[in-house]
Amino acid sequence: MNPLTGYLLVAALLFAIGLAGALTRRNAILVLIGIELMLNAANLNLIAFWRYGPHPEALTGMMFAIFSIAVAAAEAAVGLGLVISIHRHTHTTDLDEMNRMKG
Amino acid sequence: MQEGQTFHCMFDCGPSAIAQMLWLIPAVPIFASGIIAVLKQPRRKTASTLAIGSLSFSLLLALIAFGHVLSGWTNGQAVRETVNFTWLQFGANNVDLGWVLDPLSAIMLVMVTFVGLLIFIYSTGYMAHDENYTRFFCFLSLFAGAMLGVIIANSILLLFMCWELVGLTSYLLIGFWYLKPSAAAAAKKAFLTTRVGDVFFLLGIVWLFSQTGTLLFYNNGAGSIEANVLTALLSQHAAFGLTAAGAIGLLIFAGAAGKSGQFPLHVWLPDAMEGPTPVSALIHAATMVAAGVYLIARVYPLMQAGALTGGTTAALTVVTWVGAFTAVFAALIAVAQNDIKRILAYSTVSQLGYMMAGLGMGGVAVGMFHLITHAFFKALLFMGAGSVIHGCHEEQDIRRMGGLKSDMLVTFLTYTIGMLALCGFPLFFSGFWSKDGILEAAQHFSVSKVPFYMLVFGALLTAFYMTRQMSYVFFGVNRGAKNAHESPRAMTVPLTILAFFAVVLGLIGTPAWPWFRGFLEGHSVNFAWSGFAEPGLPTLMTASSVVVLLGIVLGLRLYGNNTPRPDESDVLERALPVPWKWLHNRLYMDELYGITVIAFYGWWAQVADWFDRHVWGGAVTAVAWAFGLWAQLNRFLDTNVVDGSFDKSCEELSTGGGLLSRMQSGRVQTYLRLLALAVIALAAILIWSSRA
Amino acid sequence: MSVVFYLIAGLSVAGALAAVLLKNTVHCALAVTVAFAGLALMFLELDAQFAGFAQILIYIGAVAILVVFAILLTRGSDTPTDTVFSKKPIVGLVTAAGIFAIFGWAILHSAQFLPHQTATPSVTVMDIGNALMGRYVLPLEIVALLLTAALIGAVIVAMHEKAGAK
Repeated sequence: MNPLTGYLLVAALLFAIGLAGALTRRNAILVLIGIELMLNAANLNLIAFWRYGPHPEALTGMMFAIFSIAVAAAEAAVGLGLVISIHRHTHTTDLDEMNRMKG
Repeated sequence: MQEGQTFHCMFDCGPSAIAQMLWLIPAVPIFASGIIAVLKQPRRKTASTLAIGSLSFSLLLALIAFGHVLSGWTNGQAVRETVNFTWLQFGANNVDLGWVLDPLSAIMLVMVTFVGLLIFIYSTGYMAHDENYTRFFCFLSLFAGAMLGVIIANSILLLFMCWELVGLTSYLLIGFWYLKPSAAAAAKKAFLTTRVGDVFFLLGIVWLFSQTGTLLFYNNGAGSIEANVLTALLSQHAAFGLTAAGAIGLLIFAGAAGKSGQFPLHVWLPDAMEGPTPVSALIHAATMVAAGVYLIARVYPLMQAGALTGGTTAALTVVTWVGAFTAVFAALIAVAQNDIKRILAYSTVSQLGYMMAGLGMGGVAVGMFHLITHAFFKALLFMGAGSVIHGCHEEQDIRRMGGLKSDMLVTFLTYTIGMLALCGFPLFFSGFWSKDGILEAAQHFSVSKVPFYMLVFGALLTAFYMTRQMSYVFFGVNRGAKNAHESPRAMTVPLTILAFFAVVLGLIGTPAWPWFRGFLEGHSVNFAWSGFAEPGLPTLMTASSVVVLLGIVLGLRLYGNNTPRPDESDVLERALPVPWKWLHNRLYMDELYGITVIAFYGWWAQVADWFDRHVWGGAVTAVAWAFGLWAQLNRFLDTNVVDGSFDKSCEELSTGGGLLSRMQSGRVQTYLRLLALAVIALAAILIWSSRA
Repeated sequence: MSVVFYLIAGLSVAGALAAVLLKNTVHCALAVTVAFAGLALMFLELDAQFAGFAQILIYIGAVAILVVFAILLTRGSDTPTDTVFSKKPIVGLVTAAGIFAIFGWAILHSAQFLPHQTATPSVTVMDIGNALMGRYVLPLEIVALLLTAALIGAVIVAMHEKAGAK
């Protein structure tokens, strides 16, 4: 088996797990954790393709991954800030109860 | 000269210049009437000048025409010139119009234009204080034109058209003072009664046209009353043993009876006295009523067709009986009347009866001679009556007049002349000769002698009632409220002229010199005293004179200078109250018509009204109701079906929206799930499509 | 595939699973830290040293700490008696499974098309530095801006509201 395939499968698995967590857990922070997992899986995908891709000296994959990490960090910060803010108002982090946007 | 032979032209065939211009005689007055119609009311002088001028022009042309015919007659040639033209064509038939110039029409033209002109001049004086002066002359002119049209018509259709126009103008003139209800009613009565006669006349025209195929009287042998055509008519038989000719003749006579006031269509004539006196003089004495007599004279060949020599036809017999009966009937009623014009009106009816009887028994010349003389003296009498009314300040009841012979001398003298002419006072007055002509024909009537006795009795009555009238009006003391005065010159001068003719005209019809008959029949006459020596003639003349004198004496004895005062009753009334009452009430003819014809008509009108209201009205209501129902149905549909379905769909839309909005759960994880599912779906599609 | 790979992979997956399944949220945060570590090891395995260390620094050093802080700050609302999963977790699981199925199928079916160059790339930090300042300077600046904005935003969002601004 192609080593790349292995890495890709692992990435897919991590992505699926992260998605499952985002979709099923009640706590808002855990949803964010799931999202971080998904982002990580994507990063793994990028690095794997960089390593086994045709031109690794172009550093494209690596750069992409680094930037992704940076953005993910920023996003986590803002997201968690939001969660804290909501918690301050509603005293809960339960997503099921946050349905004021219900149509 | 035989009947039916036309002008034999030697050099220049075709009608002469005057015959071709004959149409101007009626056309100019009608045209003048049209111009007067658009004039404003204050232009009185213009109106009367136009009317008198146009009629003078017609008189001039009539005199020229008469002169032409006269010259032809003196040369031994009978003149009958026709100018015919086709007006309409439908299929194989033509509707022709045309005019004829022959002795009959020539003499009538002169009479009508002359008497008409005198009456026009009289009217300028009589109607001087009336505010509708202009309208009066417009109608008078129209009447004159129409009457002249009747005279010259060679086509029976043209005659009928002018006949109707004459009836119309009669209506307009009788009802001239239309604001008076009695005048309006009288005009309506006149029109409707003559209409009854006209319906029969029209039937006769249609029948004649359908049988002969032509509307023209004289058309070079092909005219409807010319010999060839008449023999064809004689061979057909209608009902009651009459030939077609006889039946048509009777139908035409019905029309003449309406216009000339024969029994039973006489009821309109006395009421027609509601019109102004010149109207009564012109229309209801001299001209319009004479149109009926003229019509019979014109279609005389038709009436006479099939008669054996010396004998007569059924049609003419009917004419005679009706005429004789009317003569006596009207004379009786005249005895018991108190309105000066009504006495004269009944007198006119009676004299028309004489004319009809004369036509029936003695032929065209006899009847026409009395018509001509009657025109003059009756016009004179009416105008004299008008002068009396004017002088007595619009009083018309003879019981409130009296003693006028000194106050109104000219009127009195001319009236006397007229009265004597009417009575047939022997020798010097035209009425004597014309009436004697009729009596002579009656004596020789083959069917029966009864008309003769009736006519003699009528003469007695005529003398009596005229004397009565004159006694009331001119003799005795003035029982009126105010003093009377003589009328102006415009009124007395025509009186004098007519009086002159009332005397002089007799001379053209004496047995010694029967010029009139000769002229009409187209043979020459010589003056011969031996004319008086005909068997039975002197006896007849004596007898009629005696009758007249008897009547006058009786009248003078009963009335004379001591006519009763207005509050007293008449002498005869006291003597014979019941007959008086009957005669005074006109033998209840109007009442009879009221309960029969008019009541039936009223009932019929009610039936028609009921029908209209309930059947047609019901149908209309039903349609309206159906529409209403339809509208309701539409509204129901609109509200329930259309609106309902719309509302329903809106509801469903709303429900659907409600359902859809449940997708917005407000929960983030639901959205995430949907996103993930969408990604799966998208990926699947992409893979499948790339694999395909 | 080498054993190392399987070990590291197993570590990562186990950490992820634990992060998703555990009841206690702090335990979840710690588990996800393990997963981050495992990924960093995988980056090192893939000769992406810089990425790996960046991963450790940022994810484990910052993000995980942040998550723990957040958990601790929002404590007191989790009631252990209630279930930690939301209504109908099956849907989420099925969806995730579907995603994995699709991706797995795609990966496996396209194995022959995948590139497999096996030469070890020699990447120095200087190269990365040059790349960052050369080719990728624009994204660098933008990310810097982004980070600034995120910083300010997070501070504002999480700040205690002033009494007048209520």
